[in-house]
Amino acid sequence: MLTLESLVSLLPLIIVATTAVVVMLGVAWQRHHAGTAMVSAGGLVLALLSVPLAAGALTSPPLMTVDGLAIMGSVLVLLCALVTVALSHHYLTGYIGPREEFYLLLLCAVTGALGLVASDHLATLFISLELLSMPLYGMLAYSFRAERSLEAGIKYLVLSAAATAFLLFGMALIYARTGRMDLAGLAAGLAASPDAWTLAGAVLMVVGLGFKLSIVPFHLWTPDVYQGGPAPATIFLATVSKLAVFLVLLRLVMVAPIFDSEWLRTLFTLLALITMLGGNLLALFQPNLKRLLGYSSIAHFGYLLVAIVVGGQLAVEATGVYLITYLVTTLAAFGVVTQVSSPFGGEDAAGLHHYRGLFWRRPWLAAVMTVSFLSLAGIPLTAGFIGKFYVIALGVADARWWLVGSIVAGSAIGLFYYLRVMVTLYMPEPGMRRRDATEDWGSRVGGLTLMVVAVLILVIGVYPAPVIDWVVDLSAAL
Amino acid sequence: MILVWLILIPFLGGLLCWQAERWGEQAPRWIALATMLFVLVISVVLWLGGDFSLPGSYESQWLLEWRVPWIPRFGIEIHLAMDGLSLILVALTGFLGTLAVLCSWHEIAHRVGFFHLNLLFILGGVVGVFLALDLFLFFLFWEMMLVPMYFLIALWGHSGSPGQTRIRAATRFFIYTQASGLLMLVAILALVFVHYSNTGELSFSYDVLRGTDVPEPLAFWLMLGFFIAFAVKLPVVPFHGWLPDAHAQAPTAGSVDLAGILLKTAAYGMIRFALPLFPEQSAAFAPVAMTLGLVGIIYGAVLACGQQDIKRLIAYTSISHMGFVLIALYSGSELAIQGAIILMVAHAFSSAGLFILSGQLYERIHTRDMRTMGGLWSRIPVLPGFTLCFVAASLGMPATANFVGEFMVLFGTFPSAPVVVVIASVGLVLAAIYSLLLMQRVHYGPEYRPGPLKGPDAREYGMMLTLLVLTIAVGLYPQPLLDTTAAVAAPVAELFTDASDLAARAGEVN
Repeated sequence: MLTLESLVSLLPLIIVATTAVVVMLGVAWQRHHAGTAMVSAGGLVLALLSVPLAAGALTSPPLMTVDGLAIMGSVLVLLCALVTVALSHHYLTGYIGPREEFYLLLLCAVTGALGLVASDHLATLFISLELLSMPLYGMLAYSFRAERSLEAGIKYLVLSAAATAFLLFGMALIYARTGRMDLAGLAAGLAASPDAWTLAGAVLMVVGLGFKLSIVPFHLWTPDVYQGGPAPATIFLATVSKLAVFLVLLRLVMVAPIFDSEWLRTLFTLLALITMLGGNLLALFQPNLKRLLGYSSIAHFGYLLVAIVVGGQLAVEATGVYLITYLVTTLAAFGVVTQVSSPFGGEDAAGLHHYRGLFWRRPWLAAVMTVSFLSLAGIPLTAGFIGKFYVIALGVADARWWLVGSIVAGSAIGLFYYLRVMVTLYMPEPGMRRRDATEDWGSRVGGLTLMVVAVLILVIGVYPAPVIDWVVDLSAAL
Repeated sequence: MILVWLILIPFLGGLLCWQAERWGEQAPRWIALATMLFVLVISVVLWLGGDFSLPGSYESQWLLEWRVPWIPRFGIEIHLAMDGLSLILVALTGFLGTLAVLCSWHEIAHRVGFFHLNLLFILGGVVGVFLALDLFLFFLFWEMMLVPMYFLIALWGHSGSPGQTRIRAATRFFIYTQASGLLMLVAILALVFVHYSNTGELSFSYDVLRGTDVPEPLAFWLMLGFFIAFAVKLPVVPFHGWLPDAHAQAPTAGSVDLAGILLKTAAYGMIRFALPLFPEQSAAFAPVAMTLGLVGIIYGAVLACGQQDIKRLIAYTSISHMGFVLIALYSGSELAIQGAIILMVAHAFSSAGLFILSGQLYERIHTRDMRTMGGLWSRIPVLPGFTLCFVAASLGMPATANFVGEFMVLFGTFPSAPVVVVIASVGLVLAAIYSLLLMQRVHYGPEYRPGPLKGPDAREYGMMLTLLVLTIAVGLYPQPLLDTTAAVAAPVAELFTDASDLAARAGEVN
């Protein structure tokens, strides 16, 4: 039953949805770019402030569960969305055409993500996932006059639809065996040893979710979509969408024992191995920064899959910490791309040559980029190292030597292209340059947010104890 | 607290240098120089005031210690401690850091502030390595000093030999060391989790982990994880691929740091961590390690003879000298381990001297190719004389520190491994050959081009003279160094004898 108490626990989702409606009505009444951005940001902040209330609520609404994992997911989704909004404003000022709808789409997608991290039932899972993905098509194809953006949108749309079909089929198969759709029911119905049909269902679901996470055999869309989409849309895709989907996958594995079979574990191990190595190898000679970051995110989710393989309490903790470090790092890296490409002027400045000598023109921006790339490479004193440390610790504690070995190999390969980008920032400038961040980038909201994110990378890297404690508290209840 | 400052001062100085560039080009140089002198002075004062006698059973083995919790979830602490060995190496870092700043005074003409930021960050990281006792912290500093070194080579290096750009050399250096470092991280974590399953306590502390009872096949692999990480940095022969290129492409200051201090972190790591954590496995592994050391001695010396690039030649001689150190560390003799420490210090002086000299030559004739040198003795005043002295030191001439080191290494190793010593002595002959080749091709013979060149100024003269005085002083009277490190070398040597006793007793029981 839906009680008032359970509505309180849904408060963040309700606030974000309401903001979306307000933004829509506002756009219909009068267009005002800065105002829209402010209202969206205000709504997200309000939702963030209501998270402690939601966490305090005792009952969860039907079909959903507001537990520690959901709270953690909600906070991270809202923070990433806020950063995206902050970065979008400057970017969109140069856009010819309607700018305000971007925030509307973003808020809808955030609503979907908030639902997804809390879903406890295959129906809510599916609806939230679609609510997250549908606006993303629009966001990716937002600058539809640029051919690549349109291509990105349509490519993501078509392949995502195919993935959805896999997901639905998998759910149907499992439903056919158990007759239940809530996760607890799945767990109860599948207590006996799984047969071929449930296994097939589970694998099909993994395919569907693996597409969204761009796990290796399902990764083909990633570079094109990352490259084509406008930078803020790509940020959103790389952070919020992947974060929410991964948390759902983790919840499935934790709750439903079907995913606990040794056979499926081997499959996950295999996927993790090829994802780590594949992502890193594909990125090696990539001259386009956005594509490179796309491949790098593939590799990072390969590392994260170790948590899915190992499972257990430490795995949840490791996932939480790794996701946080991944998010701040990715936000910073894409944030710099957004700044250099702001305000919008056709295609984004993604070629590596745009960044040559950035340090000598925009030292602080280059410093942010350096910090984020060091973090991606997992160098000590940055957040990325703490994440990598957790994943390696997880692999070692469970004696999964193959996975540990390929993390080491993957990191060594990864260094090559991360270093290549970093050293480019410090090379002497060439004579010509076409795109550059505006003079006042540092005093704008987006620039300031970016600085805060970069400082956060260093702070988490140097003193990770508070973040770890937070994650431990939230995952203990699971 | 003074230990924290030893690490922090270079980092703060580095940041200051970066920002000081706006006050002119000289400002970063003076700040960097003052920073490194400060570190040097602190460590010398500590040395003069320290008591380095063997600790009694109740006393701590550390001269100074500092610990606070850091990441309680994993029992990670910021645990710094200093004993005689760390003190000597920290002082060496301060000294060579000062020289590195001085020798790049004219060489580095652009982006001065950022250069000194990187230089000081390397030195800060190295000091951290020498002081960290928590394994997590040690690993952190170990990896952290790579990044600024990478930038140093990639941005200010020479694009010397054809087909080898400086960025490729830097990348190769970074990947070699980082990948092997990750192996060490895996080994550290495995050790920690074994300890956790034995006792239920998560800790990265050196003192706690030292007594861990690791099951047999795993212990060997973990020892290998540590060994490979240190072997890459030392470098031991199959893992040496990064060294000649990194040296050849690095700026002078980079080469001085690399040869003088960074290679020593590996030997330090072996003495401090690899041997005490896994004494039995290390004792069993000793024949292999000694063989690798021998291969390194011969291989480095032979390849040094065939080099055209003066800095590559010196780089290969480093491989050869580090072979002696490796043999000594695995000999299990106190005398040899002390010899290795002296040899480390001596090699730091002599290789730094030779690298600085080749940098000074480069500033004058703009080449490092020995085919286009020759006859420089008559063209440059004073510098060829210094070169002769350092070449003599490098080949282990009596009265230089290198002689004391090599002699003690060979003498100490002889009782346990006479064959190894006999073969290693061949390396001394080869050392004479490559040293004289260097001298002959650069300074003697017909003049390649006529015309006199500028002699050393006061800065260059001072650097050379200080290095030379130190080399000879240690060579004539090494006792202070030996007294300082005796307390470190003795327990390490004991580990080996205990381990072999155990093995022997196990044999008797069987």
